[in-house]
Amino acid sequence: MASENHAHHEPASLVTYIGTFLALMVLTVITVIAGFQNFGVWNTPIALGIAVTKAAMVVLIFMHAYHSSPVTKLVIVASVFFLVIMIGMTLSDYISRGWTL
Amino acid sequence: MTSLGLQTKEIDHGHSHEVSEPVNYLNCDHSFKSWLLSLDHKRIGLMYLVTITLAFMLGGIMAGVVRLELVTPKGDVVSSDTYNKSFTSHGVVMLFFFLIPSIPAVLGNFVLPLMIGAKDVAFPRLNLLSFYIYLLGAIIAMTALLLGGVDTGWTFYTPYSSTYSNSYVTVMAIGLFITGFSSILTGLNFVVTVHRMRAPGLTWFRLPLFIWALYATSVVQLLGTPVIAISLALVGVERVLGVGIFDPRLGGDPVLFQHLFWFYSHPAVYIMILPSLGLISDVIATFSRKNVFGYHIIAFSSVAIAVFGFIVWAHHMFTTGLSPYAAMVFSMLTFSVAIPSGIKVFTWLATMWRGAISYETPMIYAIAFIGLFTIGGLTGLFLSTLGTDIHLHDTYFVVAHFHYIMVGGAILGYMAGIHFWWPKITGRMYSEFWGRLSAGIIFIGFNFTFFPQFILGYLGMPRRYHEYPEELQVLNVFSSAGATVLAVGYLMPLFYFAHSFFFGKKAGSNPYGATTLDWTETSSPPSPHNFEKTPVVTEEPYIFHGKEAAVVSH
Amino acid sequence: MSAINQSVHDHGHHKDLAHHFDSLEQQHDANTLGMWAFLLTEVLFFGALFAAYTVYRYKYPTVFEEASNQLDITLGAINTAILIGSSLTMALAVRCSQVGSQKWTGHWLILTILFGCGFLGVKYVEWKHDYDIKLMPGKNFFHWQYAKEAKKMHAHGGGHALPDPNKVPKDDDPELGVKARLESEQARLFFLLYFCMTSLHALHMLIGFGIIVVIAYHAYKGAYSPEYYTPVELIGLYWHFVDIVWIFLFPLLYLLGAHLGH
Repeated sequence: MASENHAHHEPASLVTYIGTFLALMVLTVITVIAGFQNFGVWNTPIALGIAVTKAAMVVLIFMHAYHSSPVTKLVIVASVFFLVIMIGMTLSDYISRGWTL
Repeated sequence: MTSLGLQTKEIDHGHSHEVSEPVNYLNCDHSFKSWLLSLDHKRIGLMYLVTITLAFMLGGIMAGVVRLELVTPKGDVVSSDTYNKSFTSHGVVMLFFFLIPSIPAVLGNFVLPLMIGAKDVAFPRLNLLSFYIYLLGAIIAMTALLLGGVDTGWTFYTPYSSTYSNSYVTVMAIGLFITGFSSILTGLNFVVTVHRMRAPGLTWFRLPLFIWALYATSVVQLLGTPVIAISLALVGVERVLGVGIFDPRLGGDPVLFQHLFWFYSHPAVYIMILPSLGLISDVIATFSRKNVFGYHIIAFSSVAIAVFGFIVWAHHMFTTGLSPYAAMVFSMLTFSVAIPSGIKVFTWLATMWRGAISYETPMIYAIAFIGLFTIGGLTGLFLSTLGTDIHLHDTYFVVAHFHYIMVGGAILGYMAGIHFWWPKITGRMYSEFWGRLSAGIIFIGFNFTFFPQFILGYLGMPRRYHEYPEELQVLNVFSSAGATVLAVGYLMPLFYFAHSFFFGKKAGSNPYGATTLDWTETSSPPSPHNFEKTPVVTEEPYIFHGKEAAVVSH
Repeated sequence: MSAINQSVHDHGHHKDLAHHFDSLEQQHDANTLGMWAFLLTEVLFFGALFAAYTVYRYKYPTVFEEASNQLDITLGAINTAILIGSSLTMALAVRCSQVGSQKWTGHWLILTILFGCGFLGVKYVEWKHDYDIKLMPGKNFFHWQYAKEAKKMHAHGGGHALPDPNKVPKDDDPELGVKARLESEQARLFFLLYFCMTSLHALHMLIGFGIIVVIAYHAYKGAYSPEYYTPVELIGLYWHFVDIVWIFLFPLLYLLGAHLGH
C-alpha cells in the first residue's frame, strides 16, 4: 500500500470560494469593530477566536484540508498541538511565578 | 546474470582474468560529478558519512584540549578564554555536526528506502540539497571557529551571548541556523517516504523497528528545529541591532531565551538517541535469531518518547528562577519520559532471553549499549528530581549523565549500526577480531573517562571550569587517561574498515541472516535502483523460521 | 496499486512521473504531504516569535497596548483585506489548473502577485512612517518619547509634521524618571517583535512571489493538466499559509490597544 486510495474530489465550486472570501472579509470587519470595544479581559479571546475561525476556513476550504487524507489532518492537528504546548507551557511558568518580573 | 537477477558488467582490468561484477551503486559511475550531484540516497548517505566523521574528529580534538587542561588542577595548558572556546566548540561540533545528523543522515539515508522496499526517498533532490545545506552551515561554523571561536558554551545563554561576549557568536549562529534546515529537510523526506512509499503488504506494524525510530526522530526534527533557528536568529538580531529582547537592562528576559532554546534542545537529544534505540532492536533481534519481544510496545514507545520529549524542556532550567509550580510539573513529566525508555531496555533483554546469541561486533556494541544507556538513563532521574538537581546542576554529574547517553548510547549505537550495515554498504566483511577489540577498548576507555565524572559532580566540581580544587585531581587524571584510551578505540575502525573496503572478504547479500528487506531483497552492495522487482511483504519482520539453528561463520 | 513484479525500467510512464514513484497518484500524495509537513515546520518557526510576543505582552500589557496604538489600524485592515483577496485569487488559480484552464491559471497567479505587491506597498508606507517617527529598531533609533510626541502633535491636528528632535528628551534621560525609562524599554520590545514578525512574513511573501512567477510561466507554457497540477496546488498551500500568519498578526499587533481609544 504505497499510497492511500482516497478519491480525488471535484474541485470546489466558484460559489464556495467566493463565499468563503466574503465570509473572511466580514469576519475581518467584525474583528476590527470588536477590537475597538472594551470587553475587558475578553478582548483577546474574542480576537483570537475570530482569527482561529478565519484560519480554519482558509485551511479547510482554500487549502482543501476538508477533503484531504487522514495524515494531512494529523499534520495540521500536530502543528496546532505543539504550538499550544510551546506557548502555553512557557507562559505557565511566567503566570505561576507569583512575583512580578 | 546472478541469482538475484542482477545485471552484470564486464570489467576490463587489463589483467589476464575477466571478472564479471554486478552493477551496484558504487561502481555504476566513478566520476566526481556522479558522486557530488548524486540523487541516490545511498551515495548521499556515504557523503554524509565522510563529513560527519571529519566533524567527529574535530570535536574529538576539542575534547582532547579540555581533558588535557583538566589533568592538572591549575589552568596551565590554555588560557581560560581558550578553554571556554574549546568546550563550546566541542559541544557545538559534536551535537550539531556529528550526533544529530549521524544515524539519520548516514544510516537512515542508506537503509530506510531499502528497508521499506522503495527505490529512493520521496524527494531525492531535497536530499542532496539537505547535504549541501549541511556543508554550507558547517563551513560557516568553521569560519566562526577559525576567526577566533565562540566562548558561550553550546547553550548560548543570554545575555552573555547576546550582549557581552566578544566572540564570533553571530557567525556561528548563522552557521547553525543554516545547518538546521538540513535536519528539517531530512526529517521531512523520511516522514513522507515512510507514509507514502512502503512496499505492497508493508503495513505500519510490519515495519522494522529502526523505521519506527527514524520516523519518530523525523517528527522531532520537523517540530523542534525551527524554534532553535528563531532563538539563534534573535540572538543575532540583538547583537547586530543592539536591542534587548533577552537583555534585562533593556527590558528583556534571559529566561525566555532558555525556554525557546530548550524547547528544541531537549527534543534534540531525542533526535540523537531515538535512531539508536530502534537500530539496537534490529541488531539484537538479528544476533539473537529471535523475534523481538513486545514489538507493538517498542514501536509505541518510540513515538511516546518523541511526543513526551517535547513537554519536559524546563528541567534544564530548574535553577533559573522558574515558577516552583512549573518546575514541579516539568519534573514529573520528566520522570514519565523515562518510562518508555525503560520499557525498551526490558524488551531488549526479553528478546535476548533464550535466543541463539552470537557475539559479532554489532552485538557487542548492542550489549554494551544496553548497560551504558541504562546507567545514563537512571542518572537522569537524579537530575529530574528538583532537590538533587539544585546540588547537581552545572556539575560534572550532568556531564557524565549525558555522555553516558550520547556516547555510551548514541555513539555506540551508531558504531553498532555501521558495523552491522557495513557488509551491505560495501559488499565486504571487516575483521571481527579488530572489530571486537576496538569495541572493547572503546568500552573500557569510555567508562574510565566518564564514570569518575559522576563522582566529581557529586563532590561538587562545576562544569565548564578550567581549574578545580587539588583534591579532585586523581579522578580527573583517571578521566583524562580514559579519554586517551577512548581515542585509540575510535581510531582503530578507520584502519580495519579501510582494509575491509579494499581487501575484505565478499559479504554476500545477507551474511548475518537478518530478515528485513534491506538484507533479503538486495545485493551487497545494492544495485543503483535497490530492487530489481518491487518486493511484496507478507509477514512481520524478525521471523526467524528455523533459521535460529543457522550458524554464521566467517 | 503497483504490479507485483513491476520492472524497474518501465518507460511507458507519464512524462511528469519521477522514476522513484510508482504512479502519478503516489507522487501527488507524497508531494502534498511534503508541503504540509513543511508548513508544520513553518507553524513552529513563526510560533517561536509568537511565543516571545505572548510572554512580553503578558509581562507588559499596558505598554504593549499603548505601543500598538502607534500602528495604523486602517492600513493594517486594508492589508488584511488585500491578503485575503490574494488568497481568493490563488484558490481560483489552483481551481483553474485542476480543470485544465491553463491560461487562466497563469492569470490568477499573476493577480495574486499583484495583490501581494499591493500588500508590500502598504507595508512600505507603514514602515516609512515608523522610520520617520523613529521607531525602527537599531542602535540610534527606537525613540519612544519622540514617537509619543509625534502622535500627540498628530492628534492635535498637526498633520504629519514631525517634532524637533532637540526638543524631545531622549528615552534614557534621567529627568524622565524610572517609570518612563522602563516604558521605553518595554515599548521597544513591542516594536522589535513587530518588525521581526512582519519582516519574516514579508520575506515569505517575496519568496512566494519568486515561486509563483516560475509556476505561472510553466502554466502559460501548458505544463499542467488535470492529471498533473501539483506545483500549483503546492504553491497554493504555501500562499494560504502566509495568509493565515497575517490573520493572526493583524489582531495581535494592531488591535490590542484599539479599545483604549486614541
